[in-house]
Amino acid sequence: MLSTLQPPRSLSLLPLRRLRNSKTIVSAASSTTSVISPPQSQILTTRRSLLSGETTAAEIAKSYLSRIRLTEPQLKCFLHVSENVLKDAQEIDQRIAKGEELGPLAGVLIGVKDNICTQGMPSTAASRILEHYRPPFDATAVKKIKELGGIVVGKTNMDEFGMGSTTEASAFQVTANPWDLSRVPGGSSGGSAAAVAARQCMVSLGSDTGGSVRQPASFCGVVGLKPTYGRVSRFGLMAYASSLDVIGCFGSTVADAGMLLHAISGYDRFDSTSSKQDVPEFQSQFLSVDHFESKPLNGVKVGIIRETLEDGVDSGVRSATQEAASHLEALGCVLTEVSLPSFSLGLPAYYVIASSESSSNLSRYDGVRYGNQVMAEELNKLYECSRGEGFGGEVKMRILMGTYALSAGYYDAYYKRAQQVRTLIRKDFKAALEQNDILISPAAPSAAYKIGEKKDDPLAMYAGDIMTVNVNLAGLPAMVLPCGLVEGGPSGLPVGLQMIGAAFDEEKLLKVGHIFEQTLKGSSFVPPLLANVP
Amino acid sequence: MSTTLLRTFQPNQFSLLGTSLLRRRRSNNFSVRFCGSQTTTTHEAKQSSPTRVAPKNHKSNKLDEILRDYEAVIGIETHVQLSTLTKAFCSCSNNYGSYPNTSICPVCMGLPGALPVLNSKVVEFGVRLGLALNCDLSLKSKFDRKQYFYPDLPKGYQISQFDIPIASGGYVDLDIPLEFGGGHRRFGITRVHMEEDAGKLLHSDTGDYSQVDLNRAGVPLLEIVSEPDMRSGIEAAEYACEMQRIARYLGVSNGNMQEGSLRCDVNISIRPIGQAEFGTKVEIKNLNAFSAISRAIDYEISRQALLYNQGKADQIVTETRLWEEGAQKTVTMRKKEGLADYRYFPEPDLPEVILTKEYVDSIRASLPELPEAKRRRYEAMGLGMQDVLFLANDVSVAEYFDAVIGKGAEVKLAANWIMSDIAAYLKNEKLSINDIKLTPQELAELIAAIKDGTISGKIGKEILFELLAKGGTVKGMIKAKDLVQITDPVEIEKMVIQVVSENPKQLEQYRSGKTKLQGYFAGQIMKMSKGKANPGLLNKILLEKLNAKD
Repeated sequence: MLSTLQPPRSLSLLPLRRLRNSKTIVSAASSTTSVISPPQSQILTTRRSLLSGETTAAEIAKSYLSRIRLTEPQLKCFLHVSENVLKDAQEIDQRIAKGEELGPLAGVLIGVKDNICTQGMPSTAASRILEHYRPPFDATAVKKIKELGGIVVGKTNMDEFGMGSTTEASAFQVTANPWDLSRVPGGSSGGSAAAVAARQCMVSLGSDTGGSVRQPASFCGVVGLKPTYGRVSRFGLMAYASSLDVIGCFGSTVADAGMLLHAISGYDRFDSTSSKQDVPEFQSQFLSVDHFESKPLNGVKVGIIRETLEDGVDSGVRSATQEAASHLEALGCVLTEVSLPSFSLGLPAYYVIASSESSSNLSRYDGVRYGNQVMAEELNKLYECSRGEGFGGEVKMRILMGTYALSAGYYDAYYKRAQQVRTLIRKDFKAALEQNDILISPAAPSAAYKIGEKKDDPLAMYAGDIMTVNVNLAGLPAMVLPCGLVEGGPSGLPVGLQMIGAAFDEEKLLKVGHIFEQTLKGSSFVPPLLANVP
Repeated sequence: MSTTLLRTFQPNQFSLLGTSLLRRRRSNNFSVRFCGSQTTTTHEAKQSSPTRVAPKNHKSNKLDEILRDYEAVIGIETHVQLSTLTKAFCSCSNNYGSYPNTSICPVCMGLPGALPVLNSKVVEFGVRLGLALNCDLSLKSKFDRKQYFYPDLPKGYQISQFDIPIASGGYVDLDIPLEFGGGHRRFGITRVHMEEDAGKLLHSDTGDYSQVDLNRAGVPLLEIVSEPDMRSGIEAAEYACEMQRIARYLGVSNGNMQEGSLRCDVNISIRPIGQAEFGTKVEIKNLNAFSAISRAIDYEISRQALLYNQGKADQIVTETRLWEEGAQKTVTMRKKEGLADYRYFPEPDLPEVILTKEYVDSIRASLPELPEAKRRRYEAMGLGMQDVLFLANDVSVAEYFDAVIGKGAEVKLAANWIMSDIAAYLKNEKLSINDIKLTPQELAELIAAIKDGTISGKIGKEILFELLAKGGTVKGMIKAKDLVQITDPVEIEKMVIQVVSENPKQLEQYRSGKTKLQGYFAGQIMKMSKGKANPGLLNKILLEKLNAKD
């Protein structure tokens, strides 16, 4: 089924051949199938095959480009595909031919969320108001990726300015979930998640303000890593809510997400909120499964957040989470239940803070210097028309909410109070993380839902962020990785497990996540997309 | 007819002229101040004028009568543009007068994804000014966003400080010049805070469109808010003058009003004398000179007093008025309908500004002697207030004066030379005291040479101008030109005898009572000595000879 759509030569590079039987619906831990080998890092596989001469960067690029051509009409993950992918790959091959040193991301094909600036390449945050806008500079994260040999494949679709949980709020197109084309990929980084799930690129960058990396990772069955606030420079990330925004990473394995994070981390003098904390070498955590001890996570204290398994969470999600917890226990973890009393306060506080900051951050889109300008006779009319026509409904709603919350007379009741809640949430997390190495919860209350299902019910959509927003309010690192499947779609829908760590302790998340992933039996989390192409 | 909007700007071409053309909305809102060259002579700050401009068709003696019953309450907001090398939040160079949109980058243009990074010099200058104004410093302050839409504000918000300014609760001391009544004053300083400037709108001649120049966007400012302690136009102008002086003494700004480096907005209300509560406050903008501040306030006081007097106090409304220099009056710019809501909230892109005590102490230790301290020192040295104010007015002049007396010159003599001949020279040549070639050392030498009689005062004046223009040493010039004063009575007597004997007619006239002719003889003798004869000695000997009965 795959070979009809894909040049057979590149198959050896890709984990797609490990596609499981699409008819069996099983949650991860209950399966005992042992035929499926653990997922392999695409970054490391690429490097090995380039260094051994087994293949060339150009051949790899071609195979990915052809897969994009085949799958993009259904998926619509990309708003723009770079014209330079092949040229960039050939440059890598020339370096190899000359025996020059290769960067750790040499030949790695990377999707970049459209709200992250790429020099000379359209960067619109999926908004009409920035249609055709090409930034004159690379975001620091993109600059680092390029310096290390990574190739930007293109710009991925998203909810306009990151505001949404389904990618339906893109001004340009709706992205489909590779597991079931009638479902949303999650959001706001839906394009980045779906592109990695469909192997249109090896890894991708997203941004996470309230769960925008983790929730789509869960919906698409990939690894989504949201680093500590300040770990990665925000320079070049179009601000949605500055105090919450972080650039995050998608990969089909924990190792890939971790290596991409390593590449983009570190202090940046262009971002005063970036941290000078050392960035550890994560790669040593990614041992191959043959080297694991019998209880590789012996003594690791894991707290399962009680409030995340209560009412409002789908039973399938709940049982997948509990089975994932059992799997961690089997690996040697000490599991306890923890309670975060402030948990339910997070969602309203988040929407107040994020909307307030966004109402300010989006003021610069006034049609005066760049972007969409609507001709007008008079200045206020110019603002009104440029912004009125440039922004979509969700963005307008949040700007209005934020403007209201910051208004004189309301500031104390909303913004200030939300900041107090934020302090409370931070305190609760801190206490829980003093008792535990990591905390776990579902990534979202449900698996991917249907396109259009929550479009007219924003409150229901906002409620879906309940698992993730608190982590942003506290600025902590968290990772979502696939832990099981629930019923739905042609072959089941993936469910993600969220692991939350202490500030700047991504290393621990990656270690636990990698071992969890490599020892999880029975699921390979490769979407049956191609079998379902009509 | 209004034109459509045009845009010539390409976001990636930072080095090119990028302008957006906008329909003009308010004709007087953003005036462009290009007039005047940058001269910082000693006279610049002395422009305040006591002229009171009254609304027409009212007799001024009647007006004076009315004014006696009211008291003005005046507060001033001063924006000081800092002379940092780069802008407040990016590394664009901060230089006035560049070609439009040549000193801009993604940060100060507000491009998507760009973030501000604080220039530490701005904090340093804020601390310097805060200390100079006797303020308490906030060891922990923060930046906030002040939000409003205008085409010269690229981000749609100004990065400023709201509830926690870097400095607050200070005061400034100053002396009112004698010609305006004299006296010492202390005015309260409410706060000093850091913020960024906006760009500039350039309006087309036809009024059809405006262009945006973002060179000034992101230039650092310190805003100084005074307490409402001033009561007259003169006091307000002197306060503004002192702000300029302090900024220049500290080296934080060139303080040039014409370039907009120092901008004052005045808040003024009046109330019947004896009334405790304030009247309705009016704000006056577009004050580009100290004299304008003084006149605008006096005009506004008259306007409001007349309204009160005519029972039309309700026509005094909260509004912003513009000073029109040509018409010498204030006109309504916009009425304020309620308070503008700037929706301030803490700037999430910048960390808090934390000052350590050590840092503050090190800046305190590096502060120069400030105008008030200088004035008091000069006063204590025995100089009159007029001299004190003149010398302390300009930091360069004060430094020059201090250097001259540091070389041992007599205080009063040094002051006189600087205030008369040197000041006149600077004015004629349009120079600053830093431009002259005469070193303080040589001025001290010159003063000493006259005092000890080596050269005459007249010769001293002559060589002064050469020294000012060309430099050199007093000793060298005296030697080269053979200028040493003739003080030998024998030599002078010889010349006297010669001149007297060569002018028998004049001698006869003198002796018959026309004693004014003494000057004629003295002039001839001085001429013969090439100006070197000691005048006292000359006249003494001359008189002896003229009056001798032989």
